[in-house]
Amino acid sequence: MSAPGAGLVERALEIAARQVPDAGAVALVREVSEAVVRWANSTLTTNGHTVERRLSVILLVPLHGGTGAGVATVPAPTALAAGPEGDAVIGEAISGAVQAARRGGPARDAAPLPTPTGDADQDWADDAGETSPAVFARLAEDLGASFRPDETSFGFGEERVTTTWLGTSTGLRHRWVEPAGSVELNLKDPATGGSVWGGEGATDVGTVDVAALVGRLRDRLPWGARRIDLPAGRHETILPPSAVADLMIYMAWSMGGRPAQEGRSAFSRVGGTRVGEKLGSIPLTLAGDPAAPCFGDLAYTPVLATTYSGDELSVFDNGAATGRVEWVRDGEVATLAYPRAAAAEYDAPFAAPTDNLVLTGGEEATLEEMVASTDRGLLLTCLWYIREVDPATLLLTGLTRDGVYLVERGEIVGEVNNFRFNESPLDLLRRVTEAGTTERTLPREWKDWFTRAAMPPLRIPDFHMTSVSPGR
Amino acid sequence: MGGPAGQAIGYAVGHAVDEDFLALPRAALADAALDAARRGGAQHADLRVQRLRTQHLELRDGRVVVAADQETCGLAVRVLRDGVWGFAAHVDLTPETAAATARRALDVAGTLAALATERVTLADEPVHAGVSWVSPYDVDPWTVDVADKIALLTERSTGLLAATGVDHVAASCVQLKEQTFYADTAGTSTTQQRVRVDPDITITTVDRAGGGFETLRTLAPPAGRGWEYLTGTGWDWDAELAELPTMLAEKVTAPTVEAGPTDLVIDPTNLWLVIHESIGHATEYDRAIGYEAAYAGTSFATPDQLGTLRYGSDVLTVTGDRTVPHGLASVGYDDDGVAAQEFDLVRDGVLVGYQVDRSFAPRLGLDRSNGCAYADSAEHVPLQRMANVSLRPDPDTDRSTAALIDGVSDGLYIVGDRSWSIDMQRYNFQFTGQRFHRIRNGKLAGQVRDVAYQATTTDFWGSLEAVGGRSTWRLGGAFNCGKAQPGQVAPVSHGCPSALLRGVTVLNTGSGS
Repeated sequence: MSAPGAGLVERALEIAARQVPDAGAVALVREVSEAVVRWANSTLTTNGHTVERRLSVILLVPLHGGTGAGVATVPAPTALAAGPEGDAVIGEAISGAVQAARRGGPARDAAPLPTPTGDADQDWADDAGETSPAVFARLAEDLGASFRPDETSFGFGEERVTTTWLGTSTGLRHRWVEPAGSVELNLKDPATGGSVWGGEGATDVGTVDVAALVGRLRDRLPWGARRIDLPAGRHETILPPSAVADLMIYMAWSMGGRPAQEGRSAFSRVGGTRVGEKLGSIPLTLAGDPAAPCFGDLAYTPVLATTYSGDELSVFDNGAATGRVEWVRDGEVATLAYPRAAAAEYDAPFAAPTDNLVLTGGEEATLEEMVASTDRGLLLTCLWYIREVDPATLLLTGLTRDGVYLVERGEIVGEVNNFRFNESPLDLLRRVTEAGTTERTLPREWKDWFTRAAMPPLRIPDFHMTSVSPGR
Repeated sequence: MGGPAGQAIGYAVGHAVDEDFLALPRAALADAALDAARRGGAQHADLRVQRLRTQHLELRDGRVVVAADQETCGLAVRVLRDGVWGFAAHVDLTPETAAATARRALDVAGTLAALATERVTLADEPVHAGVSWVSPYDVDPWTVDVADKIALLTERSTGLLAATGVDHVAASCVQLKEQTFYADTAGTSTTQQRVRVDPDITITTVDRAGGGFETLRTLAPPAGRGWEYLTGTGWDWDAELAELPTMLAEKVTAPTVEAGPTDLVIDPTNLWLVIHESIGHATEYDRAIGYEAAYAGTSFATPDQLGTLRYGSDVLTVTGDRTVPHGLASVGYDDDGVAAQEFDLVRDGVLVGYQVDRSFAPRLGLDRSNGCAYADSAEHVPLQRMANVSLRPDPDTDRSTAALIDGVSDGLYIVGDRSWSIDMQRYNFQFTGQRFHRIRNGKLAGQVRDVAYQATTTDFWGSLEAVGGRSTWRLGGAFNCGKAQPGQVAPVSHGCPSALLRGVTVLNTGSGS
């Protein structure tokens, strides 16, 4: 059931050129093939194998005083690519987008569509990538073998292959296939109430060594045998890479240039933005890079494709080449996100939100080594239910989850209650005293929206736990 | 198979399901899928054809930044073979694909059957053949010219921008029409159409000299209504927009709050979200028995405490309800083909029920499901999702919000929702709001700022001293309640009166972290 993606893009662009010859047009087909498996209480719960395909048309219509933009997305069944019925559906979608563009008036983010710098991608006419439940054969075998009566197993595995065809009226033709997958595992010990979590991201979920993941988590379950109650307050805390990823992702999502320029962001300051502001003494660099030179499976296609315009993105930028962006460089705020039009307006570099985030600049210290060098502090597993409390300071609240451990004289001595925290990732970068070795990690909270991350563990001398949570 | 718009039930008689959805080959798809499933050995199978039309309009400072229409549509087949679920979906709406999708669902069930250490059984339910249901609304948003919609949002934006102290205005409206055809091997077939809208206006003031900014958002909740909601039916926009700049100006200059235990009168525009997080999710049976343990979490309200857990004070009576007019979770039939109903969750402060679907009802010892199955699209499998979980107003006295405030000598009146967070067992939560009015000696005495309140669920509801009467009861809600992996969103409303709670912990968030 492969998708006629390239043909559909060409057809949509032909119809757009016929219906509105003076308009710019973008046609975007996305096909997602996905296989999932979920289990709880050591038994299969839900699963699925789905195929979804959509066509989006974006019409950029010259108007008095500028250019308007309208977007229409329709399902793209196989029948849409051929025959008069399909043409009618596409034509109607284009008409809707044109109407929306005309009614909406000149767009603030208007810019000329990017033009091609080479020929169409060689695989432009190829079919969509696919996955199937067969990718879980090894997982099912290893996981099933791991089930045992003295613990309960919960988790989720997914593999998603997204194929994108992007064409523009300026001649751009790009096709790319991005596989992404992950396995998450949560083990619980009914005897102690202990709960541990771990996860791995992978472009081929069949490569995830589930047996090894089970083993790593089982090593941690005994830590819950000794329970220690600690009060809320400021505690020295080691944030593991997953927790760091969730905090850095939220910060990166908040780094829109226009909001900062307009004074309505934590990255605003009197008379301008925080670009150039030194955050902390450790020269940390937070960057996104399509090439992902040190973490190959974090790579993504360096072409912008979007059906949404906002403070950080613009539909006018479809097809624009994207590259490495250093959001924080050597401990300083370096870059904010701007569509091309806003970049020109504010005399800033064009920087689209990146699809991966890598935080580097720490020392060669593993999480275990940072624990070993801790006199007294907390080691977290991950963070959960992170929400913004105050956008002016980027104050976030959330909770610890699936294991908070007390470290004394370099050893884990027991499991502590969970906490609610109130912290700003900006403040954390100002107060961090140690960063370890950067490693590939799976963000627990934001994984549904952002999976490509590599982070170091961070030591925060005074992480602010505002109350105790009885949840475990 | 289900006929086009068969018999209609419920209170909705104003509209019919759109002809272009009825024109889809529903019966042929169902015949093909269910026949293939039966041939493959399924004891139960169901087919859903689900179409979602969404229009998103968004203006910044009076200029359109988003004008986007989106339609998704596909078919989904769920099979139960040897007590193991299998699920598959596809975008192609042809009988051949429907049959192939059923076979893929069987294949999925077979491939992963080795992981199934328990077997699923479904509660028996009455068959509803050839029925249809349409939610109540006056004006189908897709009959309104987009120019008129943009003009309305522009007019409201420019009006607010002209007000003193308003530097930025963000105005948006998401409109959604959801159409679902369901058919199963028992003979149930339903065709439904729901319309909902989510308007939102936020104003911002910026302190250019001193740095910092503050915002205020309208309180109008998303609603199961049509475009009429934007023009005055169900919400008084003119009144709210007229006072918004003044309220923001007062908020900016308000003193910071004094932290500590505080008596709170909470408006329905804020309280709905506390109900959602601390009662709605906590009384989902699948969570309570661990099915969401690795993701959305579990619940402190475990089934062994059913009938005994003291959830809150005697004033606390809460129902699950999929029938309330304009409720975002209201339907005629759920995605198991079960008729919508109302049921008790907490009665006089004691946990008495859970939300279930057909697969969880037998596990709880119930003969019937209470109709809480829902899938957010054809690409996703139906799950137990939240009904409109609502707090009952005082049945005896129509106490006003002012009367509740009158009972507080020193406290806060909290209006509108903003930030929310709760732990994975639904114990510890923290909420903020849009406005916090100081109460002194039973009267409102200006706003304060930098407020968050934290509590443990049972302590919070245990401190519930009184609720307002029917006249204070309002529906709040959200389009995007998240659950499950892969993630699904569900629309849900929560009705509640104003409420008085004593001694809730208030934090001052003004000093950042």
